[in-house]
Amino acid sequence: MDTRTLVRIALVAALIGALGFVPPLYLPIAAGVPITAQSLGVMLAGLLLGARGGAAATALFCFVVLLGAPLLSGGRGGLGILGTPTAGFFLGFIAGAYVTGLIAERLGARGSLPAFLTAVVAAVVGGIGVVYLFGVPVLALAAGIGLPKALLGSAVFLPGDVIKAVGAALLATTVLRSWSVAVQPRP
Amino acid sequence: MIAGYLSGRSLLHRLPAGVKLAGLAVLSVVIVPITDPVLLAMVLAAVLLVYTAFGRPGLARILQWRSLLPLLAIIFLLQLWAAALDVAAASVLRIAVMVLLADLVTLSTRLQDMMDALAVPMRPLARFGVDPEKLSLAVALVLRFVPVLLDTWRAREEAWRARSPHRPGLVLVGTFFSGALATADQVAEALDARGFGAPRRPPPSRSQE
Repeated sequence: MDTRTLVRIALVAALIGALGFVPPLYLPIAAGVPITAQSLGVMLAGLLLGARGGAAATALFCFVVLLGAPLLSGGRGGLGILGTPTAGFFLGFIAGAYVTGLIAERLGARGSLPAFLTAVVAAVVGGIGVVYLFGVPVLALAAGIGLPKALLGSAVFLPGDVIKAVGAALLATTVLRSWSVAVQPRP
Repeated sequence: MIAGYLSGRSLLHRLPAGVKLAGLAVLSVVIVPITDPVLLAMVLAAVLLVYTAFGRPGLARILQWRSLLPLLAIIFLLQLWAAALDVAAASVLRIAVMVLLADLVTLSTRLQDMMDALAVPMRPLARFGVDPEKLSLAVALVLRFVPVLLDTWRAREEAWRARSPHRPGLVLVGTFFSGALATADQVAEALDARGFGAPRRPPPSRSQE
């Protein structure tokens, strides 16, 4: 791994952390559920760095949080995170960024969709689908509630997550296009 | 530098990080199967007692987890509805115990000590290309980049407010991100210029700042 890749991975990891400091947004369409910017960073990681790089950046972020840096939204950090019922979402970030990057790379290579739509699909499947795939069962298990209830409880965050997926795709395909590994502009 | 470390000289602080991590693992194996809410409440009381030993900062530390309260309340109500009071109380108490117990390890261990302790179980990862030296540089970079990014955002926001009566718009977001990412490549060039990642020479190069 060259230095440039390493530093980019560290910067994106820091970006995910910095997004945790953005005050939560309360949108009426999301029924007043707070929308934190953190998972936007996870989607961006996959879109900007590709599957491997995105997973590396997110894993680095999770590692730094577990080491004790209070970078998770709400100023949380440390090993206690693993004890919370939402630990699955936290660890699912890594797989989420990987799948986001993978889909963006594969779909982008086929070129059947415009770059923006490719990025939206990748961010929705990876950044929402895969993250929930990890988060919901852990929530159901840790909280001792059934899968349907855990899914229903998590669903209130869906509108916010969709907004974030569109936002991440928009950023990755416009201002950050020259920087993106996964969503390559076609010649 | 940001960290979850609370400086002190307690017994917990003096224990090696590896011992604390192993102790946490053992305790979690013991505590998770407990289903008796009274017993769990006693364990929680014991954990809280340890926090009070740290004085005011210790109590502030517990409050740091208050964002977990709405979730715990929902879980409690759902359990109460689906099962019984003792089940509901036990699951909420168990979560509180595990979170606060793990946070005791974090608050009493320096970040560097924690990294050194984790280097042992992470050794097998070297086969997947995780280089300990690069990992520690990456962690240091993240910890430095976060305040830099936050400062950059604040500066851009101030510059906007000084020139416009309107609220800072989405325009700022784009320039902020592209500016931040440009920083990364400058830092990489600076590191390369100082010989980081160069082939090792007989005397170890002092490349990390």
